Amino acid sequence: MTSSISINNLALSFGEIKVLKDLNLEINDGEFLVLLGSSGCGKSTLLNCIAGLLDINDGQIHIKGRNVTWEEPKDRGIGMVFQSYALYPQMTVKGNLSFGLKNAGLPKSEIESRIKHAAEILQIEPLLKRKPAHLSGGQRQRVAIGRALVRDVDVFLFDEPLSNLDAKLRADLRVEIKRLHHRLQNTMVYVTHDQVEAMTLANRIAIMRDGAIVQLDAPHTIYNKPVNRFVAEFIGSPSMNFVPGKLQTDNAPAFSSGDMHIPLQNYPFDGAGLNNLTGGHDVLLGIRPEHIVTGASLAEVPWSTTVEVDVVEPMGSDTLIWSRLNQQDFRFRVDGQSLLDKGDRVQIGFDPAKICVFDNTTELRL
Amino acid sequence: MHSVEPTGRKPRRVLSTRNIILYGFLIVAALYWLLPLYVMIVTSLKGMPEIRLGNVFSPPVEVTFAPWVKAWDSACTGLYCEGLKVGFWNSVQILIPSVIVSIAIASVNGYALSFWRFKGSEFFFTVLLFGAFIPYQIMIYPLVIILRELHLFSTLWAVIIVHTIFGMPILTLLFRNYFASVPAELFKAARVDGAGFWRIFLQIMLPMSLPIFVVAIILQVTGIWNDFLFGVIYAGTRNFPMTVQLNNIVNSSQGVKEYNVNMAATLLTGLLPLVVYFISGKLFVRGIAAGAVKG
Amino acid sequence: MNTSSSTATPSRLPAAKRKHPLLRNLPAKLAATPMIATALVVFIGCSVWSVVYSFTSSRSLPKEKFVGLKQYDRLFGSSRWTESIENIAIYGICALVFSLLVGFLLAVALDQKIRFENTFRTIFLYPFALSFIVTGLVWQWILNPDFGIQQIIRDIGFSGFEFNLLASREYSVYALVIAGLWQGTGFVMALMLAGLRGIDQDIWKAARVDGIPAWRTYLFIVIPMMRPVFITTLVIIASGIVKVYDLVVALTDGGPGISSEMPAKYVYDYMFGRANLGQALAASTVMLSTVLIILIPWAYLEFRQKRDGDHA
Repeated sequence: MTSSISINNLALSFGEIKVLKDLNLEINDGEFLVLLGSSGCGKSTLLNCIAGLLDINDGQIHIKGRNVTWEEPKDRGIGMVFQSYALYPQMTVKGNLSFGLKNAGLPKSEIESRIKHAAEILQIEPLLKRKPAHLSGGQRQRVAIGRALVRDVDVFLFDEPLSNLDAKLRADLRVEIKRLHHRLQNTMVYVTHDQVEAMTLANRIAIMRDGAIVQLDAPHTIYNKPVNRFVAEFIGSPSMNFVPGKLQTDNAPAFSSGDMHIPLQNYPFDGAGLNNLTGGHDVLLGIRPEHIVTGASLAEVPWSTTVEVDVVEPMGSDTLIWSRLNQQDFRFRVDGQSLLDKGDRVQIGFDPAKICVFDNTTELRL
Repeated sequence: MHSVEPTGRKPRRVLSTRNIILYGFLIVAALYWLLPLYVMIVTSLKGMPEIRLGNVFSPPVEVTFAPWVKAWDSACTGLYCEGLKVGFWNSVQILIPSVIVSIAIASVNGYALSFWRFKGSEFFFTVLLFGAFIPYQIMIYPLVIILRELHLFSTLWAVIIVHTIFGMPILTLLFRNYFASVPAELFKAARVDGAGFWRIFLQIMLPMSLPIFVVAIILQVTGIWNDFLFGVIYAGTRNFPMTVQLNNIVNSSQGVKEYNVNMAATLLTGLLPLVVYFISGKLFVRGIAAGAVKG
Repeated sequence: MNTSSSTATPSRLPAAKRKHPLLRNLPAKLAATPMIATALVVFIGCSVWSVVYSFTSSRSLPKEKFVGLKQYDRLFGSSRWTESIENIAIYGICALVFSLLVGFLLAVALDQKIRFENTFRTIFLYPFALSFIVTGLVWQWILNPDFGIQQIIRDIGFSGFEFNLLASREYSVYALVIAGLWQGTGFVMALMLAGLRGIDQDIWKAARVDGIPAWRTYLFIVIPMMRPVFITTLVIIASGIVKVYDLVVALTDGGPGISSEMPAKYVYDYMFGRANLGQALAASTVMLSTVLIILIPWAYLEFRQKRDGDHA
C-alpha cells in the first residue's frame, strides 16, 4: 500500500503553548482515517496543518509523495469540508461549487461537467440555483461536500462535518459519507469527537491527546486492545469498569483483589509486559459493561460473583444495570427483556479473553 | 374587590402611577430636544419685522421663504455676498472623495488586520486606536508643514487626506470588528478554493459586508459634513466648507443681524446630516455604537 | 489566524520556494501601508514634533531655538489659559455628570417596552447628527436676551426675570454646557440602551421571581453589570470634551471677554491668529498629557481584561 499523506516530526506552537509535538503519521492511499479526541487535543489543528491553513514550526508534510510543507492550500491537491459548512452566503449553490474551479482557470465546459457530476452524486441538482440561506442544514453540508468533490482531488479533509446537525440527520449523512468513500476510493481524513462516527467510518482511528497520537489502529483493535487506560475509557459507552488489584505471578498469572480471583491464562498479554513484573504488582482490571457474562454462559468463565442491583436503566435493545463491586460503582449490560429490579441479586462472570489489565502507575496495557 | 374569580387576561391599568411618571419624563425630555428644531424652523419662516415684535417661539403669522433664498444665494460672509451655495458645493467636493478614499482604505485595512495579520500589524493598530483619542491640536501644525511640502496645503486634497487620516482609526476598528465576526472557516474554504488576498476581499467579503459599508458611509458623511476645524485650517479660503461659511455668515459682525436668514442658513447646513439620520434610522445608531462600544 | 509567521524548516528539498520574510503576505502589507504611515508619521511623528517644538521660542515659523520650560511658564502665567482650564473643568464635570445621568435615565425609560420607542429615540438622538456649529448657532438664538427664553418669561409677566447666560462673564460657560448636552446626551443614551439590551433577559426574570423591585435591580445588578459600557462611554465623552472647539466658536467665541475660552481654542488662536507657535504647541502638549493620563490606565485595564479573557 502506498502512502497518501505522510507527516514527519511535525511540531506547532502558538506562542509558548505547544499544540502539536513531534508528530508522525502515515496515511495510506484510499484510507479513511479518523482523528478522534476531546476538544483541545489538537486534532483540528493537525487537519489545518495538512490543509496548509496553518504554518507549522517544524517537520514536513508530504501529500502523494510531494513535499507540500510550504505549499499554499490550493496547490496541495486537497478538498476540505467544514463544521459550519463555510458556504459563501452571497453565491448560489452553483456559484459555491464553481468558485474554486474558476480561480484555477478551468474552461467553462469542464466546470459545468464537474458540477453536474458532483450534483448527481450528492443529489443536489434541484438546489443549484438556490442560495445557502434557503437550504436546510443537511443540504448545506451536502453542498459543502460537493465543493470538495468538484475539485477532483485525491485527499478529502473533514473538520467535524456533522457536529452542527441533529442526531437523525447526522446518522443519515454518516452513511452517505461512507458510501461516498466506497464510490470514490480516495483518501479521507476526518476529524471528530464523536466515537460512534469514528468507529463506523474509519479504516483506522488515531486517538489524540495533548497534541500527540496515543493510539493508531483499526476500530476493533482500539475497542478490544486499548493501549492504555485513557483510550480504554475514551472509547465505548458507557465506559469501561476499572477494578484496582494485584497481579499474581506465582504459578499461573492471575488478577486478585479482595475475594476476586481471575486466572489470566487466556489473557492476551502484550509482548514483554508480563516477564518484567514481579508478583504483587499493582494493576487495574478493566472490563466493558457489555462483556460481563450472565445466565447460561456463566459455566464457561473461570470466576463469577453475586452483586445486588442498584439502578436499572432500560435502553430498549438492552438494559444497563448499576451495582457495587469491591465498594465501587460497577456497570454491566443485560438483555433488554430482562426483568431485574432494584434489590435483586444477580450472578456475574468475567471472561479473561475480554478483559484488559493495565499497569496502575504507567496506565499502559499489559 | 375579589368578588370576580380571576379569569383570562390580567387587566392592566393604562393610567398607572408608573406610566404617568414614565411617559411624563419622556414627553418633557422630548419637548426639550425638539424645541431648537422648532425654533429654527419658525424663525426661518418669519420676516424680520415679525421677529422684532415677537419671541423665538411664536409661530409665523405670515410665512415667507425669502430668508431661505437669501441664505442660499446672497447672504454675506464678511467678504463676499454669495450665500451658502458656495460652501455647499465646496462641502460636496470635499465630501465625496473623502468618503470614498477613507472607506476604501479602512475597509481593506480592517480586512487585512482580521485575516492576514503580519508581524507588527497589531502594534500599528494599537497606535492607530490611541490616535483616535489624541487631541487633534497636537498634530495640526506638523501636518500643515507636511502638506505644504507636498504642495497640497490649502487645496481640496489636503482636506481629503486629513479626513482619511483622522477617520482611519474608527473606520478600521469598525471593519476589523465586522470581519472578525465572519466565520474563519469561510476564509479557510476560500483559500482552499485557491483565492488570494484581493479575490477573497472582492468576491467573498465585499458582497457580504454591505451593511457595514452603509454604516461606514453614514458615519463618514455626517462626520465630514459637520467638520469645521479641518476645513478652516487645510482647505484654504476658496474651498471653505459649508460649516465655516455658515459661521462666517452668522457671526460676521457687520450690519444688522438677520436672524431669519441665519436660522435658514443653519437649517440648510444641518439638512443633509438630518436627512441621512432620518433615513438611516437604526443603522445610524448601530454605526455610532459599533464604533464606540467595542472600542 | 496567523498565516504568516512561520519558521518551518523542511530538511529535504521543498517543492515550493519559500519567499523572503518581508515579501511574505505582501498584499496585506501593501494594504496596511496607509495605516502604518498614519500611525508612524502622523500619530507618533507629528505628536513628538509638537512636543519637541513646544520647548522652542518659535513665533510664526518653527525655529530650533530651545528655551526650556519658558513657554510653559508663560502658559500657566496667562490668565486666558487658566480661565480656559477652569472652564473646561466646569464644562467637563457638568457634561459628564448630566449626560451620563440623563442619558442613562432616558435609556432606562426607553427600555420599559414603551409605545413609540423609535419615535422617542429618534427625537433624543437627532442633534447628534448635527454639527457643533449648527448646535452653537441655534442655542445662541434661543438664549438671545431680547427674543429668547428671557424675553418669553418676561412676557408672561415676570418682568424682572434674568436669564442672560451669553452676556454674563460668570455663567457664559453654562451656555456651552446646555448646548453640548443637547447635542451629545442622545449618544450616551444610545450607548446605554445598547448596554441594557445586552444584558441577559434571564436576569430580569430571576429578579422578578425573587420579587426584587425594578429600581433595586437596576441599581445593584444592572449598573454593576454595565461597568464596561460606563467606562467606555466615560472615555469617549471625556476625549470629546478635551477637543471641544467648534461649539465655542459658534456659540460664544470665547466671550464675553475671555469668560468662555477653552484650551483647544487657545491652541488654535495662538497657532494661526497670533503667530505664537511655541505657546500653541506648549498648550497642545499639556492637552496631550491630560488625555494620556486618562487614556493609559483605561487602555491598560482594557488590555489586561482581554488578555485574561484569552487565557480563560
